[in-house]
Amino acid sequence: MSKTLLEVSGVSVTFDGFRAINNLSIQVAEPELRAVIGPNGAGKTTFMDIVTGKTRPDEGYVIWGERSVSLLEMSESQIARAGIGRKFQKPTIFEEQTVRENLAMALKNRRGPLPVLFWRPGAADHARITELAQEIGLSDRLEHRAGDLSHGQKQWLEIGMLLAQDPRLLLVDEPAAGMTPAERAHTTDLLKRAAQTRAVMVIEHDMEFIRRLDCKVTVLHEGAVLAEGSLDHVTQNQQVIDVYLGR
Amino acid sequence: MAADIMTRGARGPAKPRQPAPPRRRSFLAENPSVLWFMLALGLFTAVVSVLSEAFGAGLLSTSLIKVLGMTLCLCLIAIAMDVVWGYCGILSLGHFAFFGLGGYAIGMWLMYARTEIVIRENLASGTIPPTETEVTEAVTAQIFGVVGSSELPLIWSFAYSLPFQLAMVVLMPGLLALIFGWLAFRSRVTGVYLSILTQAMTLALSLYLFQNDTGLRGNNGLSGLQNIPGFLDVPQSVISMWFFWASAFALGAGYLLFAWVVWGKFGSVIRAIRDNESRVRFLGYNVEGYKLFVFTLTAVASGLAGALYYPQAGIINPAEIAPIASIYLAVWVAIGGRGRLYGAVIGAASVSLLSSWLTGGGAPNIDLGFYRIIWTDWWLVLLGLGFVLVTLFFPKGIGGLFDYLVRKRP
Repeated sequence: MSKTLLEVSGVSVTFDGFRAINNLSIQVAEPELRAVIGPNGAGKTTFMDIVTGKTRPDEGYVIWGERSVSLLEMSESQIARAGIGRKFQKPTIFEEQTVRENLAMALKNRRGPLPVLFWRPGAADHARITELAQEIGLSDRLEHRAGDLSHGQKQWLEIGMLLAQDPRLLLVDEPAAGMTPAERAHTTDLLKRAAQTRAVMVIEHDMEFIRRLDCKVTVLHEGAVLAEGSLDHVTQNQQVIDVYLGR
Repeated sequence: MAADIMTRGARGPAKPRQPAPPRRRSFLAENPSVLWFMLALGLFTAVVSVLSEAFGAGLLSTSLIKVLGMTLCLCLIAIAMDVVWGYCGILSLGHFAFFGLGGYAIGMWLMYARTEIVIRENLASGTIPPTETEVTEAVTAQIFGVVGSSELPLIWSFAYSLPFQLAMVVLMPGLLALIFGWLAFRSRVTGVYLSILTQAMTLALSLYLFQNDTGLRGNNGLSGLQNIPGFLDVPQSVISMWFFWASAFALGAGYLLFAWVVWGKFGSVIRAIRDNESRVRFLGYNVEGYKLFVFTLTAVASGLAGALYYPQAGIINPAEIAPIASIYLAVWVAIGGRGRLYGAVIGAASVSLLSSWLTGGGAPNIDLGFYRIIWTDWWLVLLGLGFVLVTLFFPKGIGGLFDYLVRKRP
């Protein structure tokens, strides 16, 4: 039986009088694959910002893990070390550095300045990087500057960095943007496989992509959960049709 | 099959993979520029030694040796600046404050110990041997008479002790950087705001030192630092060579240390912080800790550079710490080329040597008939013009020219 990994309850956040998140409650289990959809401005990205510590909510709780620690008291880097990895909508990789350097930085190792200063890649690290590079199809680009990769490859590199972190919860913002149909299929496989052992939350606009993920769907609207359930279930919900699908 | 990578994470049994991991290469093999730099520095030191007055042909005057030795110290602070700015993205306009603090720390011992020796010699000629209190009072009067004070300021309590003041060379810049950096970085002050803050710190320190009450002789500063207690009989031509060698050694050691620091994953992380620090946070790195580490380490290196510089300069006063000095430092690094250590050395050496040549009356003024170009007045214009031109046409600086010579890997 899967257990709750992340519990967001009663969270609200206001930007300059605009309620981006309004009494939002979501629970994610481990392992689980979850898709989050909703029209623009529904608060999908703000939700991720709150979970990863970038934005502090005005009220509500964000509880993590078996020991039920509150993420609201932790910094972004502490949250990341606790096991939450994030992939941004726009690929954000370190363009000036090689693919290998990007992956090495993401590898699950100690993060403090001194251990990093004395860190040298061991055989296991090399093997893991090689493995990841194969998975994301960048084996022959390891020594290339990341900035020279194509848009799709940058997306892949960022997914690779996310996997390298070995997180318990993956927050993935529009992973399929700018990908070819074949790449999308590969991404779907990868996310589904990841969700066998971890919690994965995917924000996506593309209904076809969501359908292929074949998982529980949460529909956000105006900063709150409008509907939750299978894709077929939520797409038959009249409210969902009105605010989202009907347009 | 790469398929099962996700399910087993990093814990599962490692399978044999087709591509062998890259051969582990040593630090020097991956950084050929370090070897070239060491070679150039060694050669330069040898040539200067052979041509020096004290140990060689005598073609280089003692004052020129001092200028060259001081230039090496400026190169050391320039590489520290390059690490903090070029690699870590913190445009500090305060590193000359750390340089000055290092100079003051060693200057206090130099001045106190030398004065004490002289006073003891003078008093020894008297019939009654002087008491310790008499010696201290006489030393105090000698050092602080100029600011009208007869009491030894508290901060001079251990000025007689070389080990204590040497510790201060490291601790004063280090602690100031640690406290200032901790306050600034944890508030997430970045970019131009941080630059302004560092400049404010420098200005405040400079103004503080200008006050007589501070106990560091106000605007008179500390002087006579070229006389080394215990070696007062040794001619300056020899002492200048000692300091030249020490400076060359410090620059070499500093270069090795910083090249090693910016190599490998640590270098990777600080460059990533420079390019996108919030992304680094989401990877789980404590960005503030890294910035503080780099800021403090480079401040200590700057302090050491200052401690070697001022005995060669002979005098230090609060004007040395004025914000303009730190701005020059940024200009040197920008002209030499950020993000490469040898670029910082090239920038600091060429600009500071050119500066002392043009403003020291070494360069002939040019008479255009209708106008006379006096370099002491025009040097800053030339520097500003050079800075603008480099920024516009060689954003990678002079050091960037090496990229054309050595074609980088595709």
